[in-house]
Amino acid sequence: MEAVTIPEYLIYVDPSRCVGCRSCELACAVEHSSSKTLYGAIAELPPPRPRTKVIPADGIYVPMRCMHCDPAPCVEACPTGSMHKTEEGFVISNPRKCIGCRTCLLACPFGHPSYSSENKVIKCDHCVDRIRAGLPPACVEACPTGALRYGRAEELLDEEKRRRALELILGLGEGGVVYRKAREGALHALLGR
Amino acid sequence: MEERIYERLMKASRREFYEGVSSDPTVPQLLEKAERDKIETVWHRYLAQQPQCGFGLLGVCCRNCNMGPCRIDPFGYGPQKGVCGATADTIVARNLMRMLAAGAAAHSDHARDIAEVFMGIPEGWAKDYGINDREKLVAVAERLGIETDGKDEKEIAREIAEIALMEFGKPGEDPLKFLEAYAPEKRKEVWKKLGITPRAIDREVTEMMHRTHMGVDADPLSLIAHGLRTALADGWSGSLMATELSDIMFGTPKPIKVWANLGVLREDAVNIMVHGHNPVLSMKIVEAAKDPELNELAKKLGATGGINVVGMCCTGNEVLVRLGIPVAGNLLQQELAIITGALEAVVVDYQCIMPALVDVASCYHTKVITTEPKTHIPGALHIEFDKANALETAKEIVRVAVENFPNRRKDRVFIPKEKMEAVVGFSVEAILKALGGTLKPLAEALKVGKIKGIAGVVGCTNPKTRHDYSHVTITKELIKNDVLVVGTGCWAITMSKAGLFKPEAAELAGPGLKEVCKSLGIPPALHMGSCVDCSRMLVAIAALADYFGVDMSDLPVVGSAPEWMSEKAVSIGAYFVASGVPVHLGTVPPVLGSKRVVEILTEEAEKLVGGKFFVETDPKKAAEAMLNIIIEKRKRLGWPV
Repeated sequence: MEAVTIPEYLIYVDPSRCVGCRSCELACAVEHSSSKTLYGAIAELPPPRPRTKVIPADGIYVPMRCMHCDPAPCVEACPTGSMHKTEEGFVISNPRKCIGCRTCLLACPFGHPSYSSENKVIKCDHCVDRIRAGLPPACVEACPTGALRYGRAEELLDEEKRRRALELILGLGEGGVVYRKAREGALHALLGR
Repeated sequence: MEERIYERLMKASRREFYEGVSSDPTVPQLLEKAERDKIETVWHRYLAQQPQCGFGLLGVCCRNCNMGPCRIDPFGYGPQKGVCGATADTIVARNLMRMLAAGAAAHSDHARDIAEVFMGIPEGWAKDYGINDREKLVAVAERLGIETDGKDEKEIAREIAEIALMEFGKPGEDPLKFLEAYAPEKRKEVWKKLGITPRAIDREVTEMMHRTHMGVDADPLSLIAHGLRTALADGWSGSLMATELSDIMFGTPKPIKVWANLGVLREDAVNIMVHGHNPVLSMKIVEAAKDPELNELAKKLGATGGINVVGMCCTGNEVLVRLGIPVAGNLLQQELAIITGALEAVVVDYQCIMPALVDVASCYHTKVITTEPKTHIPGALHIEFDKANALETAKEIVRVAVENFPNRRKDRVFIPKEKMEAVVGFSVEAILKALGGTLKPLAEALKVGKIKGIAGVVGCTNPKTRHDYSHVTITKELIKNDVLVVGTGCWAITMSKAGLFKPEAAELAGPGLKEVCKSLGIPPALHMGSCVDCSRMLVAIAALADYFGVDMSDLPVVGSAPEWMSEKAVSIGAYFVASGVPVHLGTVPPVLGSKRVVEILTEEAEKLVGGKFFVETDPKKAAEAMLNIIIEKRKRLGWPV
C-alpha cells in the first residue's frame, strides 16, 4: 500500500481573542448530544456535557480544551489501552476498555478529562466525526472571534508569523512571549486595532 | 424542529446557494450579480453569523443590569441563576417581553406620527394633507361616539385626533378609547376578568420596561400577562388608529390591479424606491413624482420614461393598496433592488431599513435618503421630511433622485424580467362592498363549510428560512383546503409576486372556496394592507364574532407568521393570541431556554385568553396544524366539517 501523508492539522488557541462568551462550550455539548441540534439537545436526559471549558485566568479568558498531545501523557499513563490515538492522531477514550482508574486525569498537563461513574472518562474527541466529514470542530466553528482556529498547522503558524512580524515592525513586539494580555484589551484585538 | 438551512447553504455550490435561499426567481439572478459585483447581502451576512449564539437563541442571556451580563447554562452543569437570582424562566420571559414592548412601541409611534399630522389638518399647519375619505371619517367618529351632525369635516377630525393623541398617555384606569369602541363586548369581558385591559399605549410600554428592570417582576406568567396587555394596546389602539387615520387621510383601500416584483423597475425611467412604513412620507413622494417640471427634468437628463416610483416593504404596501404604485419586493429584497444598478434613490422613513443599504448603495450610484429625525444611517443623505411643507420637501427629495439619473452606469444595470399582476386593496370596507354591503354571504359560507375557516397570515421574511417559500406553501395548502387566507405586510408582497392575488388563483382553491371567490370575483387570498393594518383583521374577526353572537376565540380562525423576524411581529402575534386567535410561528422564538415560558405561551395562554402560540418550521406541517385547529373549532360550534 502506498503511504498516505496525513497533513498536520491543529487547533490554535489564542486567549488574546477570547471574550468569554462560552459559545464553544455550548457548541461542544450540542455536538455531543444525540440530536446534534441545540433545541433537541436542551431536552435530552442526561443533558449532554461540554468537553471544552472557558477558564478565566488572571483576567484573561482561556478556552481550555484537549491539546491532543503527541506523545500524549494520558495515553502513556492509561493501564488498559482505553485512551488511544485515532489514525488522525486524535486522543480519544474507549469507554468499553475504561476501568475508571482516573490515571489519565492525573496525567493530563492541562486538567482536561473529566470523569463520571456513569460515562467514565469524558474528553474532547476532536469532533472526529465532523473532521471525517470535512467540517471543522464544533468549538472552532462556534467561536465568533477566532480565539479558536483550526487548519493545517503550517498555514496557521504562517498566519501567526505574519501577525507577529507586523507587530515587530510596528515596534510592538515582545519577543518570546507566547501568551500575554492584549496590550489594549481583548476588545481592541477583536476590532483589529 | 430546528431549521438548519445554513448548514445546507454553506456546503452548497454557488448555483444551489443562489436558488436555495429563495423561491422568488429574481433572487438567484441578483445574488449572482451581487457576487460578481463583490457585494455582500443579507444572506452572506447571515451565513457569516453562523453558528449563532446558543444562549441568545434560547433567550437565556440577560443584559438588564450591570451586575451582569448573566447567562444560564441550558444543560444544567453551569449556573442556573443570574447574579440577582433570576432564573431562566424570568430571564426568558423578560427578554421576550422587551421584544414585545419594542414592537408595540414601533407600531404605536408610527401611529402617533400619523395622529399628529391628522391633527395638523384641523389645526391648519399640515396644509398638504386633507380628508380624503369623508365616509370613513364619519364612520370612525361614530364608532368613537363623536356627534357628527352639523359639524364640518375639520371639527370632526379635531375630535377624533384629540381622542387619538390622548390614547398614548391618558391618565387613569379607563380602557383605551379605540379598544373600547372597536373590540367586541365578549372579548372585553375576558380581558377585564384577567385584568389586562390596556389603559394607555405609552403607559403599557413603559410599565413593561419597568417590570423588566432589575428587581421588579420575576414571574413569567405575570410578565406575559402584561405583555398581552401591551400588545392589545398596540393592536386595538395604536395600530388600529394608524390604519383608520391613514384611511381617512389617504383613502380606504379598494380592489386595484397592480404589479409586483423587481421587474417593475424601468430602464428608461428615474427609479425611486419608497421604503419603510409611514404613508405620510410615501404618499407625498408619489405625488411629487407626478410634478410636470420634475418629469420634464428627468426627460431632459435622458430618462425618457419620466419618474417611476416603486415600493418596498410596508410603505410599499401603503401606496400599493391605495394608489396602485408597483411594489418591488419585500424585506429580503431591499438590497437586491439597489443591486439592479437601476435605482436612483431609496427614500426611507423607519422600521425594517437595513443599515446595509448604505454599503450596497456605495457600490452603485444609488442615494439612500433618510427623512425621519428618528432614523439616521451613517453614510446616508439626510433630508428631513417637514410635514408642514410636505409636498415641497417631497419634491426636493425627488429632485435629488432625478438629478442622480445621469450617474447611472448602463453597463452595470440588470433588471430581472419577472413581475406579476395582482389584485390588492381588500380593506374591511372593500370586503363588505364585494359582499354586497353585509357580512352575511361570507358568514353563511363559513357556517355551511364552503369556507372552512379564515387564516390571517402575516409577517416578515427571514434568511433563517427559504425566502417566500413558507408563505407560499402555507397559503397554497390552506386555500386548497377551503380556508380563506387574508393577510398583510411582507406576506402580502410575497403573494402578489407569486400570483396568488390574481382572481384566477381561485383555481388553486378547494371547491367551496373556489365557488365563493368566483361568485365574488376575488382571489382566494386577500391583501389587507401593511403590517400596521393587521388591525383590519381584528376588526373583521370581531365583526364575524358579533354576527354569530360568539366570542372571537370560538371562530374557526387561525393566525400565522411563517417567516417572522421583527419585534413588531411579536406584538402582532401576542395581540392576536390575546384576541382569542391561535398563532403559528414559522421561525423559533428565543424562548426554548425556559420550559415554563414555553408552557405559558403554548398551553396556558389558551385557557386564559383562548389563543396560544405554536411553533412549526415545516410549512406543510404548519398548514396541517392550522387546519386541525380550524376543524376543532368548527366541531365545537357544531358546524359541518
